[in-house]
Amino acid sequence: MKHTISVLVENRFGVLSRVAGLFSGRGFNIESLTVAETEDAAVSRMTIVTRGEDRIIEQINKQLNKLIDVIKVVDVTAEEHVERELLLVKLNAEEKNRAEILRMVEIFRGKIVDVSAKSYTVEISGGDRKIEAFIEMIRPLGMQEMARSGKIALPRGTGSSISKAKKPKSGG
Amino acid sequence: MKLKGAQIVVESLIAEGVDTIFGFPGGAVLPLYDALYGSKLKHILVRHEQGAAHMADGYARATGRCGVALVTSGPGATNTVTGIATAYMDSIPMVVLTGQVPVGLIGNDAFQEADIVGITRPCTKHSYLVRDVNDLARTIKEAFYIATTGKPGPVLIDLPKDVLNATAEFEYPKTVSLRSYNPTVEGHPAQVKRAFEAMKQAKQPVLYIGGGMILANASAELVKFAQKTVMPVTTTLMAMGAYPSRDELFLGMLGMHGTYAANMAMHECDLMVCLGARFDDRVTGRLDAFAKTCTVIHVDIDPTSISKNVPAHIPVVADLLDVMKKLNALADKDSFDWDDKHRLWLTRLAEWKSIYPLRYEKSETGIIKPQFVVEQAWEAAKGRNPIWTTEVGQAQMWAAQFLQFDGPRTFLSSGGLGTMGYGLPAAIGAQAAFPGRLVVNIAGDGSIQMNIQEMITAVQYGLPVKTVILNNGVLGMVHQWQEMFHGKRYSNSEFAMNPDFVKLAEAYGAVGMRITKVADVRAALDEAYKIDKPVLMDFVVEKEEKVFPMVPAGGTVKEMMLL
Repeated sequence: MKHTISVLVENRFGVLSRVAGLFSGRGFNIESLTVAETEDAAVSRMTIVTRGEDRIIEQINKQLNKLIDVIKVVDVTAEEHVERELLLVKLNAEEKNRAEILRMVEIFRGKIVDVSAKSYTVEISGGDRKIEAFIEMIRPLGMQEMARSGKIALPRGTGSSISKAKKPKSGG
Repeated sequence: MKLKGAQIVVESLIAEGVDTIFGFPGGAVLPLYDALYGSKLKHILVRHEQGAAHMADGYARATGRCGVALVTSGPGATNTVTGIATAYMDSIPMVVLTGQVPVGLIGNDAFQEADIVGITRPCTKHSYLVRDVNDLARTIKEAFYIATTGKPGPVLIDLPKDVLNATAEFEYPKTVSLRSYNPTVEGHPAQVKRAFEAMKQAKQPVLYIGGGMILANASAELVKFAQKTVMPVTTTLMAMGAYPSRDELFLGMLGMHGTYAANMAMHECDLMVCLGARFDDRVTGRLDAFAKTCTVIHVDIDPTSISKNVPAHIPVVADLLDVMKKLNALADKDSFDWDDKHRLWLTRLAEWKSIYPLRYEKSETGIIKPQFVVEQAWEAAKGRNPIWTTEVGQAQMWAAQFLQFDGPRTFLSSGGLGTMGYGLPAAIGAQAAFPGRLVVNIAGDGSIQMNIQEMITAVQYGLPVKTVILNNGVLGMVHQWQEMFHGKRYSNSEFAMNPDFVKLAEAYGAVGMRITKVADVRAALDEAYKIDKPVLMDFVVEKEEKVFPMVPAGGTVKEMMLL
């Protein structure tokens, strides 16, 4: 089953390679991975979409938690959350299909963000089903290239996951 | 107080209570070696950086304290990788300091540059590249804290040369604050109680003990608990010494080369109490036939170990010392008649033990049996409070089977990674920590050659480690598998030539002995143990001898081969 895992990490050099290396070293699968700063500049959020049986997902959660730079791991699949992905796609824009492209973009509430003599670049955001449906509809019209951002997600409700994460503990 | 980075490292190590470090200098780490000059830290100069890492590891296993290795950038750092991976697999606390090219040159393919943080990422608990001298003291504090708490492990600190040369205000931090690292220490009382109640229900329990018991310094609590509750004990290779070998509740080692009684107990038990072990494939064999009919209690400090291979009915994430104390407190308050409950089970176990003890056929040809050498090595060491190390392969298994242990931290062996070449440097590390004790490495003629260069380190520093080579002229375990599973096609497992180990020992300034007769075995050991110098004993032993019992890889108890 597909899981979306949100990982808060220290915004430090080399954290991405620790997480990516964990997945490759243990043979876990990554469908997409995004990473960027959060409201706290010292913290980054990674959103990882992965697939596996419950046992594997449990290991992924635990192994991520074991990394020293990981502050919090939430499998948002099991919680109320919102998720979005951004798609940029460059389409053949010839006389005969321009109208169809515009119609599709309108139906999917997208935007045309760049226009040239022979192409339209379209921006669409949404959940993965919407993105995939759009790609399916638009593919026959002639696609030149596309880029997907990978999924990002946030839990629903009030508050920040960072401040809800465990407080620092002193030791040594 | 303003200090140079290199000085900060030295002062920080002293503040951590470090007394001995194992290392090898080089260009990038020269400022640090300069700061060591005349400092009160004892530095042992190895001959290969892998030796430094294993010595730090042996020191850590023998003492329970954090081992420290110091090497230069590039090849110095990469040479430690096997040692780091060895410590990582066995959860040994260790801090490895590596020199690095100056910050401005990193990424430029500079001379002796290697991305050692990247290379060791999968085999360290954590690692640091220090880019600012102001972060140095805090980083070292964190490294020691991370290496020694929770599930221990090696931590690497990469030190660019310009950081070592820069100056900063030095004050060693008293505490560590890491919001992302809070190892669970206390066992949940209700969960421990649940485990205890399950123990009271069980008719056929077995305590399956792993290296975590030794790491947690909980062996004394284990002995108390097992004896109070009259539960039989089996240990993994990593836990040899956690329970006294000669106690009647002890079943011996379990797993691929474990005893019949231990493996049968695991197979027939109704309650498996796993304390600080991780259901490694060498213990479980085929997973779908393992622990199918029993209740499983699993106590481990590492949540990832729990339900990874074998689902736990009663999981407890905690430090074992805390859990063992809680269990003992529960047992003390309880008047339960454990003897009565376990009598039948113990009778069965005693039968298995007496029908299928560990054994070997006595020599009829006059050629020495390797098991006999190990037995005698133990007999001769009685009363000397020995520490044993091993290399890897047949010699290691015979050591685990035929040595007897009275306490923890007396058997140092590379369990998880199975590193040939571990035993000699580990023995030197242990001897550096305990100069007065007898330290013996049980080796094969194959693995001893993997770090033989450290003989000169032992001689130079007057560390009188004893090495017992069980010399059968073959890579014994490989040979055994080829005989049993590859139709006797001995591909590259026979040494057509070996060095003359006696002359080799002498070349290093150690004492060399060759023993070829059964009658000379004991006398040689007695003599060697008395010599206040490193001794290399070359026992010429039976080539075809195999390690039994054996559960084939991926097999089940039913396929156990006995002698």
